[in-house]
Order: sequence, then C-alpha cells, then structure tokens
Amino acid sequence: MSPDVTVLAAAGSAGQTAAIWVLAPISVLAALGMITVRKAVHSALLLAVVMISLAILYAVQDAPFLSVVQVIVYTGAVLMLFLFVVMLVGIESGEAVVETLKGHRALAWVVAIVFGIVVIAAFGQVTLRTAVGLADANQQGNVVGLASLLFTKYVYAFEVTSALLITAVLGAMVLAHRERLEPKRTQRDYVRARMRAYAERGAHPGQRILPGVIAQHNSVVTPARLADGTHVSMEIPGVRESSEPTPEELAAEEADEAEVSGRERAARASLRGEADDGEPGRDGDRSDREDSEVQS
Amino acid sequence: MTVNAFVVLSALLFSIGGLGVLIRRNAIVVFMCIELMLNATNLAFVSFARQWGNLQGQVFAFFVMVVAAAEVVVGLAIIVTIFRTRRSASVDDASLLKL
Repeated sequence: MSPDVTVLAAAGSAGQTAAIWVLAPISVLAALGMITVRKAVHSALLLAVVMISLAILYAVQDAPFLSVVQVIVYTGAVLMLFLFVVMLVGIESGEAVVETLKGHRALAWVVAIVFGIVVIAAFGQVTLRTAVGLADANQQGNVVGLASLLFTKYVYAFEVTSALLITAVLGAMVLAHRERLEPKRTQRDYVRARMRAYAERGAHPGQRILPGVIAQHNSVVTPARLADGTHVSMEIPGVRESSEPTPEELAAEEADEAEVSGRERAARASLRGEADDGEPGRDGDRSDREDSEVQS
Repeated sequence: MTVNAFVVLSALLFSIGGLGVLIRRNAIVVFMCIELMLNATNLAFVSFARQWGNLQGQVFAFFVMVVAAAEVVVGLAIIVTIFRTRRSASVDDASLLKL
C-alpha cells in the first residue's frame, strides 16, 4: 500500500469516527422526538434531521451517489409530499389519546426495546474483520461502479422498477381522482347568476367594496365607511356585516362620541392652557375616536 | 473503522421506527415511521457494502429508495382518500375490514 493510500484511509477512518459520534446521537434523538411530538409537522421536520444525518453517514462511507440521492429524493421529494399531505389533511387532525387495545402502548415499548436489544446483541456476537472499503470498487468512480452493476447484473430488477413506478403513478391518480358531478361554472355562468340575483332580489351586481375604501386607513381591519361616516354593509370581509349598528346604536354612539370628544377637547385645552381651540380640532378628535374604536 | 457502530445505529433507528408505528395513531406519522425504518435498512446496506468492498449493497439501497418513493406516493394518496371520506387521519377510524 502506498503512503498516499494509507494517509487517505486514515483520514477517511477519522472522518467516519467523527461523523458517527456526532450524528448518531443527533439522529437517535431526532427519531425519538419524531415519535413523541404531538404535531405531524414537527415529526416531518425531525424526520428531515434524521434523513440528512443519514445522507452524511452515506457520504463518509464512500457512497456519494446515494448521499446525494438521499438528500434529493428523501429530504426533497418525499418529505415535501409528507408536508403537502399534512397541509391537506389538516394540522389540527390530532392524535387520539385513548388506547383502543388495553396496555397497548406499554407493550409496544417493551416489544421495541426487546427487539432492539436482540438485534444489537445478535450483531455483537459477530466479529467482523476490518472493513475492506470501497477504494477498489470505486476506482472508476462511484456512479460508474453503480451503473455497471445496475445495467448488467440487476438490469431485470431495474426494468421491473419501471413497471412499479408506472403502477404507482396510476394508483395515485386513481386514488386522488374525484369525479366532477356538476358541470364546471364558467365566468358566463357567474355573470348570469349575478344578473338574475339583481333582477329578482335587487342585489348589487357590481364589485363589492374593498376594506378601507373611503376610510382613513388602507388596512383590512378598518371598515369601509361612506363620506358621512356611515357603515357600508357590502364590503368584502363579511364578518363586519353582522356587526352593523342599528339606528338606535348609532344615535347612542353619536352621543358617546360627542361626550368623549368634548372631554378630550377640554383635556387638551387644559394641557395647552388655552380656553378653547375651536371647531377645527373636532375632525381630528373624531378620527382619533374612530381609530381607537376600530382597534378595540 | 469497522462498520459496527453504523449497524448498531441502523438497528436503533429501525427499532425506534417500529415503536413509532406501534404507538402512534395518526396515519401520516405512522407512515413517517415506516420511512424511518426503510432509511435504517439503507444505512445497514451501505455499511455492509463498505465492509465487504463491493457495490451490491449500494445498488440494493438504491432499489429500496425507488420502492419507498413509489410506496409513499400510493400510501399518501390512500391517506388523503380516507381522510376525504371519513374526515379523519387516525388509523383507528379506518376499521371497515374488522369483524
């Protein structure tokens, strides 16, 4: 063995030792977290941690191609798919805490621990020589080596894989497909319905008023008001429609407003030490009052 | 360096994945645990490929990844379909085949 190869092997071995000591605790903790956290999104993110750790462990074990595929296919595609389904199914679709089988959870822990101990102990019975390493097999490059195996010895399995993938695509399409039971509504249909509502009920056929139009602020929390301060009932955030005040409430509000603005005016006047700042301050007071009302 | 540590890590991750499949009731999380188990077996494949100095283990890990990708697609489609009809992602609610 030439000195170069020895140095390289030593460096590779040191890298492997460092990687396993750093990444093994991380990945085991992340995996334990994955099965214990309550939210599915957090599970998916912890699974990403495990998968990236595994990608690094592949990389230090002379499998650069698999390392990259792990990151692209698993961490990229599969986890994105998981997150999409979490989004579709709903994050709040929580976990049933009730045990359907009695003592099921405790037994599951026992089974898993016993299984882990048995596998690790069985492996402990085996004494392995020092790893041969992939320096020879990767002589022409890892990808070339994999490809020459894949397209000669395992070419049949490779072809069968294509059938599997096509079946999976078809299965996903069939399962996710939903038959359209009524014809799709076009823009023409929407306009017809709107005009019919206008003819029959007198509903406003035009666009609804955006929040903040004619109001003083352009924010969605600001209700649309007409120039005289009255509320517009057909603005877009529909929640405000029900809270439209009745005439009595409006009158009470007016009185309240007048009293408050009068008090404010008095307070300001006393602050400034002036007797009266006259009518021009009234509009400003009123808008302040309205703002605070909206905020509350 | 020998592959012992890698294989032990693989066994640990596989056990944790199996435990998750047993204790979790949310179908999506159960599915993630299955992915974890598949990843653990891949780690064992890659480690033993290095132990014996040939690439067949890595080819097998590659096939496992392909099959896992296909399985995820179909499995998640099934979960979405079940959720659409029963409004639940819990594995206890899909019990039509139970006697």
